[in-house]
Amino acid sequence: MAAPMTNDQSWFYALAFGVTIIKCLLINAYHSTDFEVHRNWLALTHSLPVSKWYYEATSEWTLDYPPLFAWFEYGLSHIARLFDEEMLVLWNLNYASPATVLFQRLSVIVTDLVLFYAVKECCKCLREDKAKDILGRPCFILAVLLLWNFGLLIVDHIHFQYNGFLFGILLLSVARHLQNRHFEGALLFSILLNLKHIFLYVAPAYVVFLLRCFCFTKNNADGSLQWTSFSFLRLVALGSIVVSIFGVSFGPFIALGQFSQVLLRLFPFKRGLCHAYWAPNIWALYNIADKVFSIIGVKLKVLDASKLPKASMTGGLVQEFQHSVLPSVSPLVTLVCTLLSILPALFMIWFRPNGARGFLRCLIVCALGSFMFGWHVHEKAILMAILPLSLLAVESREDARIFLILSITGHYSLFPLLFTTQEMPIKIFLMLLFTIFSFSSLRLLFRKAGSLLNSLETLYLLGLLPLEVICEFIFPLTLWQKSFPFMPLMLTSVYCSLGVTYAFIRLYISLLTSSCKAKRIKTQ
Amino acid sequence: MFGDYEAQRHWQEVTYNLPVQEWYYNTTNNDLEYWGLDYPPLTAYHSLCCAYVAQLFNPDWVELFTSRGFESHSHKLFMRATDVLIYIPAVLFYCFYLCDGTPKQKVATSLCILLYPGLVLIDYGHFQYNSFSLGLALWGILGLSLGWDMFGSLAFTLALNYKQMELYHALPFFCYLLGKCIRLGLTGWGFIHLVKISLTVLVTFAFCWMPFLSDPKHSLQVLHRLFPDKVANTWCSLNVLIKIKSLLSRETQLLLSFALTLLFVLPSSLKLLTRPSFWQFRLALVNSSLAFFLFSFQVHEKSILLAALPVCLIISEMPLVAIWFLLTSTFSMLPLLLKDGLLLPYIVTSLAFLFLSVYLLSAFERITSEELRFYPYQRWLPKFNLGRNVKWTFCFSLVTMATLSFTSVYLKPPAKLPDLFPVLVSILSFLHFLAFMMHFNLVQLMEPRSKKSLKKNN
Repeated sequence: MAAPMTNDQSWFYALAFGVTIIKCLLINAYHSTDFEVHRNWLALTHSLPVSKWYYEATSEWTLDYPPLFAWFEYGLSHIARLFDEEMLVLWNLNYASPATVLFQRLSVIVTDLVLFYAVKECCKCLREDKAKDILGRPCFILAVLLLWNFGLLIVDHIHFQYNGFLFGILLLSVARHLQNRHFEGALLFSILLNLKHIFLYVAPAYVVFLLRCFCFTKNNADGSLQWTSFSFLRLVALGSIVVSIFGVSFGPFIALGQFSQVLLRLFPFKRGLCHAYWAPNIWALYNIADKVFSIIGVKLKVLDASKLPKASMTGGLVQEFQHSVLPSVSPLVTLVCTLLSILPALFMIWFRPNGARGFLRCLIVCALGSFMFGWHVHEKAILMAILPLSLLAVESREDARIFLILSITGHYSLFPLLFTTQEMPIKIFLMLLFTIFSFSSLRLLFRKAGSLLNSLETLYLLGLLPLEVICEFIFPLTLWQKSFPFMPLMLTSVYCSLGVTYAFIRLYISLLTSSCKAKRIKTQ
Repeated sequence: MFGDYEAQRHWQEVTYNLPVQEWYYNTTNNDLEYWGLDYPPLTAYHSLCCAYVAQLFNPDWVELFTSRGFESHSHKLFMRATDVLIYIPAVLFYCFYLCDGTPKQKVATSLCILLYPGLVLIDYGHFQYNSFSLGLALWGILGLSLGWDMFGSLAFTLALNYKQMELYHALPFFCYLLGKCIRLGLTGWGFIHLVKISLTVLVTFAFCWMPFLSDPKHSLQVLHRLFPDKVANTWCSLNVLIKIKSLLSRETQLLLSFALTLLFVLPSSLKLLTRPSFWQFRLALVNSSLAFFLFSFQVHEKSILLAALPVCLIISEMPLVAIWFLLTSTFSMLPLLLKDGLLLPYIVTSLAFLFLSVYLLSAFERITSEELRFYPYQRWLPKFNLGRNVKWTFCFSLVTMATLSFTSVYLKPPAKLPDLFPVLVSILSFLHFLAFMMHFNLVQLMEPRSKKSLKKNN
């Protein structure tokens, strides 16, 4: 079941070294406001006592990650002191001396070691392949797809975030489940939840899987649940692990009576349905449909133009988007939609579990479903679906197809994050590199069953090229640049949401049909 | 800030706004003291084309006088793009069509050549257009190797008209083509071939210099700008005359440098003349440019790039020695890079190049005497385990270079010797280059005739 890593593991270290070199070269590239966010958190965890962490509001970037991350920043701040003491001063807003930049970037690069370890573990979980050529082996392809993932490079090392380290923990947890070390997997996931609560998106998959496959130790002959095999001991053990982690994390704040304040900071629902740049999900399509209907309505004189809400696309950063024709969407509606979208998947792994791989598939569906229907989703969240999908992509042809569509569209939707001219050649070059590699290696891997993508899908993906040319080069030179400055963002978002929706539907179909196949094939 | 980027922008301003005849003259509109044009006409035409495009984006960039000090990222990007389009295809073409080996080896070679830190740092960090002229020269080399002599000479003449430093490569081109013509027979086809090549070269020169040929005074002025005769105040970092500059008069120094250059260039050129093969051609390019670099009178540190390009072309045949040379060449430019604040890119690119090229080209495995092309030494030291000793010397030399880099950055020189570290860097580099030049000359001159001891003999 577990594929032994070849004795010659030098290729893994060469890949890791190569990507680290690229990260080092990106040290002085553009960084977004997230850089200042993290600097501010270093300063506040260092200079203030714990009781003030979630109340501090000198800077607009208040602490909105769970406590374990705050402790992580506190640990980093002690090393930061050696680089530049000034960055730890709270009111040094937007302080970005060269030493600060160097320290922060190096901290991301060093914490990526967690990702390296996780990728190594994931490669061990793949089925063994006897291909002689190293470039054609699934473990090599998986290592490149994960280590050199375009989205991670762009978001972490240019835009500035700590996703490599967080996704490393997620992938490690998945790898542990694939290796049947469920306690460690659960422990890692609890730690992860306390580092960044966005991973709540995939928590339902964990809960249902662990309950079904771990707490109930045996299945009946036909694969259905054997209620009598419930192991109370395991449930208690899991529960205590989770509770103790949460206790360590939230304990101090509960003791200080600040629990509600922490929750308020973690879940700010005051923000609008969509981010300023619409993430390519269902709501982007909803918004555009609403806009189109309103324009048609005004043209046909069915609607009164003066009665329509003024928050429109013609100017300004749109946070609150009032819909004119279609009904407005509230946070509750999005929650219900999300739950409805992931329920079938959860039912699937409850009634027809497919082992750890079924769990992985369900995890991806949960991540993608929450991305599609969530409230105020950031486009970076697409990485939560793309990275775990890489594991499935190197093993099955259908998953490779979905992976190609999802990763190319998802990565392209990250382009607006880097809008500076200097970063343009970098982002185009890295994107081409990753796309060409993933396409050619996956095609080579599954060449026996014909071509991976059909003509419609290929056409859609090729359509991204003219879209990029229009948005980046042609549009800024036209007259519409002044009157509709957000048109390129809207076009990108809508075009990508088509691809993401398609990938979501296909993924669901593969989930529902694979469970049927599982009854015939021996699961792992 | 006000560095080479401003020079390039200023040339665009000058070429766009002033008539051709005034480009190289010191007039009220064209102050030659402020980044005056000092490259041949093709650079000026390139600047003119860039100026036209720049003007489309934003006329303010090339306004006479008022645009000084102007910086723009889109502008820089556009200028870089024209550069890259010549050099990178040439490298890829070379690796995929003219190199031996499996496709993976070809990809590895092309990656290593493109990663050469010296060119990357100077062109992208320092902001220059060396890859344009080097790319053209490379197309010239490719043309000659494929037997398209006309195309090759055309490309090289264009390179020469872009930067006069390409003269370093001129002698091997000349000897190779002449040797080929002699082989074809000087009384028959060879003569016709020679005439065709000469015509190509002359016509190309005429086209480039056309606006200046109307009046011989113009051409002389251009030449005056290209080869200034003012005394070199520049401290020639790798020139051995640094110690005797005060002892000898300027004329004697010129004569001495000329004599030494000729001395070291002649053997390799003559050998190329007698045996014009592609391998000999590449080695002759290395030897000639190294000789010019070491013994010429007024040399800039960046001229090592002209020697580095031919060495990149032999990286697949002699990986260890070539990698060693390329790393030394990057190290020799350290003082320049530190001045530009390129320390971090220098460290990262050098490390990347070292590890990736050693790994991809299996440099440490290919160290048998045969593969290292150490046949000249085999006669004198037959029992010496050259391979292992070369490896250890390589590592030792790298450690020395790394230590010196580290001390240049972090330690303060003693008050009496403020230039201690740059001088140490140049002395160390000079010794390395001298050794390399000896080695490459021996490899070229003592190439055995039999095919048994060489993998690649063309």
